[in-house]
Amino acid sequence: MSNAATAQPERKKRTKLELSGSKAERRFAFLFVLPAVLLVLVFRIVPLIWGFVLSLTNWRGLGEAEFIGLDNYRQMAADPNFHDSMVNTFVLLATLPVWIMLPMLLAILIHQGVPGGKLFRAVYFFPAVLSSVIVGSIFNVVLRFDGSFNELLGWFGINAVDWLGNSNTSLFSLIGVQLWATFGMSLLIFLAGLSTVSQEMLEAARLDGAKLWQTWVFIIIPSLRPIIEFVAVVTTIGVLTNMFGLIYVLTAGGPGTSSTLPEFLIWLEQGQLNRPGYAAAISMVLFAFMGGIAYLQIRIMSRNANL
Amino acid sequence: MAAAGKKQKRVLWIFSVPMALLALSCVYPVYFAINNALKDNRGYILDRFGLVQNPSLDNFFQAWTRSNLDTYFINSVITTVGAVLLLLIVSSLAGFALAVLRFPMRKLIFIVILASLMIPVQVVLVPFYQTIVGLGLLNTRIGLIISYTAFFLPFSVYLMTSFYAGLPRELVEAARIDGAKLLQVWWYVMVPMGKPALITLGILNTLYCWNDVLISLLVLQDQRTLMVGIAALRGEYTTNVPLLSAGIVLAAAPIVILYIIFQRQIVTGIAVGAVKG
Repeated sequence: MSNAATAQPERKKRTKLELSGSKAERRFAFLFVLPAVLLVLVFRIVPLIWGFVLSLTNWRGLGEAEFIGLDNYRQMAADPNFHDSMVNTFVLLATLPVWIMLPMLLAILIHQGVPGGKLFRAVYFFPAVLSSVIVGSIFNVVLRFDGSFNELLGWFGINAVDWLGNSNTSLFSLIGVQLWATFGMSLLIFLAGLSTVSQEMLEAARLDGAKLWQTWVFIIIPSLRPIIEFVAVVTTIGVLTNMFGLIYVLTAGGPGTSSTLPEFLIWLEQGQLNRPGYAAAISMVLFAFMGGIAYLQIRIMSRNANL
Repeated sequence: MAAAGKKQKRVLWIFSVPMALLALSCVYPVYFAINNALKDNRGYILDRFGLVQNPSLDNFFQAWTRSNLDTYFINSVITTVGAVLLLLIVSSLAGFALAVLRFPMRKLIFIVILASLMIPVQVVLVPFYQTIVGLGLLNTRIGLIISYTAFFLPFSVYLMTSFYAGLPRELVEAARIDGAKLLQVWWYVMVPMGKPALITLGILNTLYCWNDVLISLLVLQDQRTLMVGIAALRGEYTTNVPLLSAGIVLAAAPIVILYIIFQRQIVTGIAVGAVKG
């Protein structure tokens, strides 16, 4: 991709052409990127700016929009639904270590040759190809009061719980199902990263009589650090923006607002409650979250590039 | 695989037990859906968890015809196939230009397309919906096809660009010097050369489009794709689990078949594409 690489000294005369291309080349190149650029501009970048403008109005879908400054944002501060969705977001983010460590530990075990590892790898990934609607519909039955999950717990003498109908457990049920459905994806990323861990070091450690946990703590996990950071960023983006389908089918954000997350609230305010101006303001808050994560991602990537 | 000592081997055997249980849970949905779909409602109420006694295909016929899954299925096929084709054409054209051709603002355009990964549909839900309405695309399949393309495009462009950038320089230079006939170069050289990346993208985007619910819920409000149809079926028939299960089997079957055939491409593609937006 680097222009400098192609502009070698003996070809200096062509440098200008190399950089800007012939007239025909430029014209065709613009034509070729045009569809992609148009799609991204019309459906994502212009809407982002337009959405910010909308968030400053009290527009209700029809008629004139009135400019109300930051009123939507002030209203948010007093809105119990928004408040609850933020609290739920922080609870969700607090579970992130599990989302990272579970697939990491499983990947390390598979990498170290746990019996059945190859089969596990293929099977763990299976739920990730299913639509959240499919997963949600199945768990909606499985997690019912008379569902198979409570039946299973009953074998161990654990009392049945209405996992989705109880506001103390609905958010954790949602988190658990999403984690179950997607951990296979992070596991694959960790497995790819593990193939770069030095085999000589592991072998030397084994010859020195190192215990399994010692190779993990002193060799494997330190060398996985860039992968851990990458999975952390990807997972954070995923839990903030990929859970709509599951919420929609599994709990519909309820009972009450106990499992409502911002992305679901945006959809509710936009269509069901017909307050697009307010929905756009919540979208901006979500975008601020995304921006913060993007900033972290860029910092991590540039630091790794400096190594 | 790292060689493990005898003691380490024993520890690994102990770990394999909970791992096998987790693996069982991952295939449980298959048992759940197929087993329940073959029961009638009475059979389900009498024995919710056990194996089906008198298997029957009635639920499949009922879900397919009376619950309109046939129409939803056609909607899903048309929009998924349309969007995947459009995604492949748009992203390989853009990748060709960005990786091979020389023109001003090349890097800026690449960065702008990539940066839009940070704008998922929820962030622009309201203005995106207004755009769809304004362009007269609401409740049209072409509207959904274009929307899918817009939201799944950045990763596809990224992959095609980096794939083409990795091709041998000589071939690419030859393609450039040929000059004006660049559209033919794209079709006769770049598309065949890009086949491995295009296949990966075709499979991944099929997965994303077929499984989508939010975009389809917004754009195709009164026609429904299969996943929206299944969500509605779940709402309408909360007590008729066998019928719902039959719907689930029909809706998931194409993806499961795809997964079985293309497992390798999906696995490598997802690992690369975990960043998609």
